[in-house]
Amino acid sequence: MGQRTPLYDQHLALGAKMVDFGGWDMPLHYGSQVEEHHQVRRDCGVFDVSHMTVVDITGAQAKAWLQHLLANDVERLKTQGKALYSGMLNERGGVIDDLIVYLTDWGYRMVVNAATRDKDIAWMQAQTAGFEVTLNERAELAMLAIQGPNARAKTAELVSHARAALIHELKVFQGLPEGDWFIARTGYTGEDGLEIMLPAEQAASFLNELVGAGIAPIGLGARDTLRLEAGMNLYGQDMDEDTSPLAANMGWTIAWEPAERQFVGRSALETQRAAGDQPKLVGLVLEERGVLRAHQVVRVEGLGEGEITSGSFSPTLNKSIALARVPAATGDRAEVEIRGKWYPVRVVQANFVRNGKAVI
Amino acid sequence: MSNIPADLRYVASHEWIRLEADGSVTVGITDHAQEALGDVVYVELPEVGKQLANGQEAGVVESVKAASDIYAPIGGTVVAVNEALADAPEQVNGEPYEAWFFKLQPSDPAELEGLLDAAGYQAVCSADA
Repeated sequence: MGQRTPLYDQHLALGAKMVDFGGWDMPLHYGSQVEEHHQVRRDCGVFDVSHMTVVDITGAQAKAWLQHLLANDVERLKTQGKALYSGMLNERGGVIDDLIVYLTDWGYRMVVNAATRDKDIAWMQAQTAGFEVTLNERAELAMLAIQGPNARAKTAELVSHARAALIHELKVFQGLPEGDWFIARTGYTGEDGLEIMLPAEQAASFLNELVGAGIAPIGLGARDTLRLEAGMNLYGQDMDEDTSPLAANMGWTIAWEPAERQFVGRSALETQRAAGDQPKLVGLVLEERGVLRAHQVVRVEGLGEGEITSGSFSPTLNKSIALARVPAATGDRAEVEIRGKWYPVRVVQANFVRNGKAVI
Repeated sequence: MSNIPADLRYVASHEWIRLEADGSVTVGITDHAQEALGDVVYVELPEVGKQLANGQEAGVVESVKAASDIYAPIGGTVVAVNEALADAPEQVNGEPYEAWFFKLQPSDPAELEGLLDAAGYQAVCSADA
């Protein structure tokens, strides 16, 4: 038996098919993964993401510590609640995890992946040496992601005036506390929406209210196809400790300036950048029938081979799409081997669907 | 609880088989199989005229989640395939016993004796669960 979120019984009652995800028993779907996907793109749905790890960071040197720990620079966070996406790298420039950090009135709040929780906490603790900083894991919090074009409007109708007002005021990629909740306008679907952290004992009744208001529960299956369409990386699949952010479409998350900021992994990245030797992560579109899958081989004429890191069927585009790591000079065509046959694919930016619309 | 019609035959790899009046057999995947796969988005069928041995890979069914092989439940020659599944693979989820994959002309009708009946297949599914 895996770990369970505070909403485990609700998932069963809602008819979820449960699967193991990084040691957690999580809902894969509640009937049809494809229907759930469309529900989020066309209206909105709710995901239990309570398995994710929330860490609050306090102390006089919290900022300096994060500037040491992360490839992105928390100096970029100028207003309360503003969020930053970053890689946390090892000395070799490999990605230990990808995460979101919010600027808060107590310091910072960080949300890291569930499957990487143990190694993340151990790494962060080890990196606190010499810094006046305290890490406080908030395992008592549950987290619900409500995503889709109608997510904010429908959620606002179910909560207090103060929370509704906050939901209306939040800017994209901003999160703020309201009472014992923390409400953020963030997500992992390519749609507008919210991620709400709240005390675990309030989670079941809030989920029931959301579902009662027609905000359907959505499983990890649709979460994966939604994030793939949005071109968002999945840790452990699209990048890991042996992958440079430069090879994972995360170059934009590296804050090179100021040059004197010595974050972990910087010198390795500088060597890679100077050598120009990193492959790139791109999107692939299969125009024929079939399904692209992780680990299928990609062949680029004259340049060599690459590999699909994530592949599936795109319910929005009604064709198969993938993320693939390919030689840096790859143009707009490649081929993929599926069961011994080579299929032509179109190479595109790793971003297929935004706000319900195809962008390829 | 999945639906297992009593008038069909089955194999443990989750194909159903209907014995036709003309001596051919029609093959599809069971309700239990489609349920385990989830939303089917692509079906790869064998070529008409292909000779298949008992248990040989005959095609592929892909759901959003994963690809899964379809096997020939008996040896035989492919005499027809259900082209409609190419455009509407979701029929496999909606009507698993209507959405047939291919028809075989058995090479050895004695192999039909080895197929499971509904009760035998029910036992396989119970052991899976």
